Amino acid sequence: MSMRLPTGGRLTDRSYRMEFTFNGKRMTGYAGDTLASALLANDQLLMGRSFKYHRPRGPVASGAEEPNALVNLGKGDRFEPNQRATTTELFNGLTATSQNHWPSLEADIGALNTHLSRVLPAGFYYKMFMYPRAFWKHVYEPFIRQSAGLGKAPDAESRDADSYEHFYHFTDVLVVGGGVAGLMAAKTAAQSGAKVLLLEQSAHWGGRAPVDGGTIGGQSPEDWTDATLAELQAMPNVTLRSRTMGAGVYDHGYALGYERLTDHAPEAPGPRHRLWRIRAKQIVTATGAIERPLSFAGNDIPGVMLASAMRDYLVNWGVSIGDRTVVVTNNDDAYRTAIALKKAGLDVPAIIDARSYGGGALMAEARAMGIRVEQGRGVAKVLGGKRVTGVAVCNQLGEGAVLDEIACDAVAMSGGWSPVVHLWSHCGGKLDWDEAGAFFRPRAGAAPTDADGKPFVSVAGAADGHMTLAGLLQDAAETGAAAATAAGFDAAQTVAPEAEEVAEKPLEPVWLMPQGARYDLRMKAWLDYQNDVKVSDVQLAAREGYESVEHTKRYTTLGMATDQGKLSNINGLATLSNALGESIPQVGTTTFRPPYTPISMGAIAGEAHGALFQPVRQTPIHAWHEENGAHWEPVGQWRRPYCYPKGEEDHAQAVIREVKAVRQSLGLLDASTLGKIIVKGPDAGRFLDMLYTNMMSTLKPGKCRYGLMCSENGFLIDDGVVARIDEDTFLCHTTTGGAESIHAHMEEWLQTEWWDWQVYTANVTEQFAQIAVVGPKARMLLEKLGGMNVSKEALPFMAWKDGTLGGFPVRVYRISFSGELSYEIATPAGHGRALWDLLCARGAEWNITPYGTEALHVLRAEKGFIMIGDETDGTVIPQDLGLNWAISKKKVDYLGKRAQAWPHMTDPARWKLVGLLTEDSSVLPEGAYAVADGTNANGQRNTQGRVTSTYFSPTLGRGIAMGLVLNGPDRMGEVIEFTHIEGFTVPARIVDPVFYDPEGEKQNV
Amino acid sequence: MTRYSAFAIAREALRDHAGWDRAWRRATPKKRYDVVIVGAGGHGLATAYYLGKNFGITNVAVLEKGWLGGGNTGRNTTIIRSNYLQDPSAAIYEKARSLYETMSQDLNYNVMFSPRGVMMLAQTEHEVRGYKRTAHANSLQGVTTEFISPKRVKQLVPIMNIDGPRYPVLGALWQARGGTARHDAVAWGYARACSAMGMDIIQKCEVTGVMSEGGRVSGVATTQGDIACDKLGMVVAGHSGALAEMAGFRIPIESVALQALVSEPIKPCMDVVVMANTVHGYMSQSDKGEMVIGGGTDAFNNYTQRGSFHHIEETVRALVETFPMISRLKMLRQWGGIVDVTGDRSPILSRTPLEGCFINCGWGTGGFKAIPGSGWGFAELMARGHSPLTDAFSLDRFREGRFIDESVAAGVAH
Repeated sequence: MSMRLPTGGRLTDRSYRMEFTFNGKRMTGYAGDTLASALLANDQLLMGRSFKYHRPRGPVASGAEEPNALVNLGKGDRFEPNQRATTTELFNGLTATSQNHWPSLEADIGALNTHLSRVLPAGFYYKMFMYPRAFWKHVYEPFIRQSAGLGKAPDAESRDADSYEHFYHFTDVLVVGGGVAGLMAAKTAAQSGAKVLLLEQSAHWGGRAPVDGGTIGGQSPEDWTDATLAELQAMPNVTLRSRTMGAGVYDHGYALGYERLTDHAPEAPGPRHRLWRIRAKQIVTATGAIERPLSFAGNDIPGVMLASAMRDYLVNWGVSIGDRTVVVTNNDDAYRTAIALKKAGLDVPAIIDARSYGGGALMAEARAMGIRVEQGRGVAKVLGGKRVTGVAVCNQLGEGAVLDEIACDAVAMSGGWSPVVHLWSHCGGKLDWDEAGAFFRPRAGAAPTDADGKPFVSVAGAADGHMTLAGLLQDAAETGAAAATAAGFDAAQTVAPEAEEVAEKPLEPVWLMPQGARYDLRMKAWLDYQNDVKVSDVQLAAREGYESVEHTKRYTTLGMATDQGKLSNINGLATLSNALGESIPQVGTTTFRPPYTPISMGAIAGEAHGALFQPVRQTPIHAWHEENGAHWEPVGQWRRPYCYPKGEEDHAQAVIREVKAVRQSLGLLDASTLGKIIVKGPDAGRFLDMLYTNMMSTLKPGKCRYGLMCSENGFLIDDGVVARIDEDTFLCHTTTGGAESIHAHMEEWLQTEWWDWQVYTANVTEQFAQIAVVGPKARMLLEKLGGMNVSKEALPFMAWKDGTLGGFPVRVYRISFSGELSYEIATPAGHGRALWDLLCARGAEWNITPYGTEALHVLRAEKGFIMIGDETDGTVIPQDLGLNWAISKKKVDYLGKRAQAWPHMTDPARWKLVGLLTEDSSVLPEGAYAVADGTNANGQRNTQGRVTSTYFSPTLGRGIAMGLVLNGPDRMGEVIEFTHIEGFTVPARIVDPVFYDPEGEKQNV
Repeated sequence: MTRYSAFAIAREALRDHAGWDRAWRRATPKKRYDVVIVGAGGHGLATAYYLGKNFGITNVAVLEKGWLGGGNTGRNTTIIRSNYLQDPSAAIYEKARSLYETMSQDLNYNVMFSPRGVMMLAQTEHEVRGYKRTAHANSLQGVTTEFISPKRVKQLVPIMNIDGPRYPVLGALWQARGGTARHDAVAWGYARACSAMGMDIIQKCEVTGVMSEGGRVSGVATTQGDIACDKLGMVVAGHSGALAEMAGFRIPIESVALQALVSEPIKPCMDVVVMANTVHGYMSQSDKGEMVIGGGTDAFNNYTQRGSFHHIEETVRALVETFPMISRLKMLRQWGGIVDVTGDRSPILSRTPLEGCFINCGWGTGGFKAIPGSGWGFAELMARGHSPLTDAFSLDRFREGRFIDESVAAGVAH
């Protein structure tokens, strides 16, 4: 059984007990435990079920590479599936449940799949479930979906109880990994004066060294770690963060850190996770190495564990996995586990070493302790079901004939070590195959490069393939110094402290145990634990032609589980290369992608949720709208009042009231969201002549002109009124949604094409509040405010003037988007609300009525004015809209002119703007198409037009619409049929698009 | 070709699965083919398949510089829909969607087409009007869509927050027969079927030059030697510009990175595909249980198959806002592909200035869903010189101004 030993556990504090539950069962652990170590201490080896065959599983690792021990953690709004027990720090009150089983972890119906595994090989689903066709959606897929997935989904209505934040950090050198190599690299880099950020994913510094032993500068690795950490903490240019994983490396020295602040203390205040968004001049990855499993039958039975992990549980947490542990290895390092177990008073009946030549000094030490060592042997298979009961020993070079059976309740395995090269590879770092170590290591001279082609990532220590303590420290010292130098600092060559450890004999690569294993053994030899990919599956993929490593991965799902192949990738591609008869480097690796281990969506989103998700842009008058019951409509990043319902009014009634008020008396509109861009300079007129279809350079100061802007392809993209402020200065109004994009459009042309023109632009949208005072009584209200002459003579239609009104500094534009007498009054933003309030108060005698965007739309549609986004959709040219009057014939060029001469643009048979009136006065459906006879070559019904705007007109008391119709202006009076979503058609007559005051008398009074 | 079935699996189980054939033959190039297709992605393989199936042209080679299906076919978010606005788009995407319905049976390879429904959320009044218009257009195009209420949206997607503080859901365009398929399987299934017809699929064979005689294509130079052909089809997505240059013409294509990501797998919680264009994100749940997530393209041109983290952030925060329960799920993996984008965001399926050379590219962010329709139409174009499915997508349209602009219907990559 797995249990807590009477002593030991360098990370646990036995004076502080912690209570937790697993599947409802109450258990206790100690401060410093991980959930995995605490469960093991409670003899809870069985922690989960695998994905495909629902195999019973215990932990195989002790860290981030764990594929099996995943649990549902927490409850309610703190529920989280797929948490690795091996990296979950224990806390008081932790609740965990196991995943992917029914009805229980111990008795799972899904485990039947394991008996069906012969008929469920890799890719079986590509070959069946095809007949009858309808069964896929209704029978097969629901079944597959239900049996797939791992953790439970959070409740549909759950709302994350925690908050998240982002940090932005700039540093000279980022060092990822707080093992001895990372500490060493950080130290030599920091000694140069460079700003250094050192990240460690776990709660502890020093990495594996304190468990693996040896000495550094005469100290134990633990003491050296403490001393070095203290030195670094004392340096003002060094920032240290534990519980912070280096998640990803991106182009241009960009890196992500993922700090878990309160996962180990859920009730603590503050954000739960912090995403560090780091710009580093140089990045050093000191991410260590991960031990590989061995591929033998039954290597997934609970109790089979990586040798290093078993040593971790023993040394770090004082936990034993079993009483009798057989060690299986192809290298010397696993002997350390055997020796440590033996020293802890546990039984090690045998070490099975696949190497015929056996090990070195560590083997001698093990033998001296009385441990039986079998050389040139392998494990034919592990015996047991939900727990190891023994191993069958065979010759490594044979086919699996059993020589001996050894009773045991745990198996420690080691297939060698693989450097963690993920971060190096994320941004394009290349790898070399190291024959001696049998692993991929970063290729010298093939680092990711920055914008200048210089390398910005380097690798230190075991991650760089240096597997001895002395070697990795020296490498780290040099790498840290080199990184500081590359970041522009003068780093002295630092010699690493001398380190000593027991010398090792080389490993012998073992990709299958035994080498000639029969099919029935190969189909029980797991490569990818979580996804249930076995040696036989990879071999099947190769046989069927899925020969690219990417094909094999995708066909078998090797390495696609939540551990992303940290344990399985090298074993899997070695298996593939054997099957193909190609070398491992020829086969290559799959692509390493961020993040190194999964990071929460909440952390990625950061603070940007709720009210902070796309913060609402507010005009100076926003609060008034809010207080007066505005129904909001999102427009770009703004919200604009759609209408202001009063009492029992619905929206439609409110809009009718608002429109009538404008037509009959006085309306008020907050037009502050309209884009306002200053264009200034000696070449401003010339520039606007290119930008607009009209001639703007001839506009006189004091005057306004309506202008159209087109894309290079001739399509109308924006419109608005341009006012000439003085000889060199124009103010261009844009649509609300267009302010930023049109400003960017201007800058793009200025910066890339006309860079030598003397023009400056500034977006002053938010600097001014703008209020439209609209209706027959508009002038009377302004005169009542007093301060400037707003008479027809002093301020005629399409003119503007600076002055004061009611004591406010204003610029008044005499322009109209409603067809009524209308003044748009701009005032510095700080005065906006006060001016609005004053207008409301003084306008009361004319029942001044604030109106919203819908009334604005109806008013302009009654006048036949186009609206960008309604009459245009990126496919409409001004000529389609009868706007030829706004297109200069004199100008040599303007943006869109060339395109508007293309054959399709000048084709007389285009859809053009008309008015549409239904025969029964009803409102035409939004978005309806006008049908024509017959179908096209693809069997689609022919069309001859569409509705672009359709409203109930309170002024006319009937539905009105605008639309684009084939040759429309030539077909006045004709009745055509429009689609209705219920399937019938609606007849409508083609009419002039100006429904109200066609002579323009009202706006020009 | 061994026919795939449950029976075949049972039979093979009894002999340790030793009897399975290669899904596609390993091929070395012949000296000459009637047709050479460059690019063994979904579109290239589908083209070859329909050349054989519909026109009996089987002396065909499909050349692939890497591994087949390794470009955008194997990197997308597997969404299939045809609720497009413009007639030519609706025609080719609906043709594709209808072919997906029967693809598993046609190819005898389970591509797991799952018509679970695709929903495009309307979160502004402008979007409401736009999607209503699309529904009208679709009704005339033979594409079944409807505009549905917020209540119906919530019924279909219980995990959605339809009353979010920023952009409440005002309705959605719903295509019940849209859905997803297993992307790799589409490439593999076509490859297997092509190989069974005798076509050669040649991987690790990079085209290094295009040869012509008298203004007519005569073959290609490759890393595995020269290969002569009567007709050449270029179907290489992000690298179309480079290949066109070898053939001596230019195309209006820009290449940008498009990214996607998946969460760790969880038990089923969302059956349909949801696209939220106002906030720029979309999400579905794969049969494995992963939430499959995508968003917009990077803003700069690029040939590396990765992208900037800023887009991931923008997409994820949009989706956390839309589906609050995913906040405590974790991103397992992010990746990128290079998409080829035209000025009007519609594809190019066209003859080229080089006689006998045809090009199929510019699918931008929406290529996967089009694969069978694209292959069907492009095969017809190559075999007959024109096709009603592809005629509108010719290169001439950029000179004539006959753009097919869908931007009104989709402000987001997908």
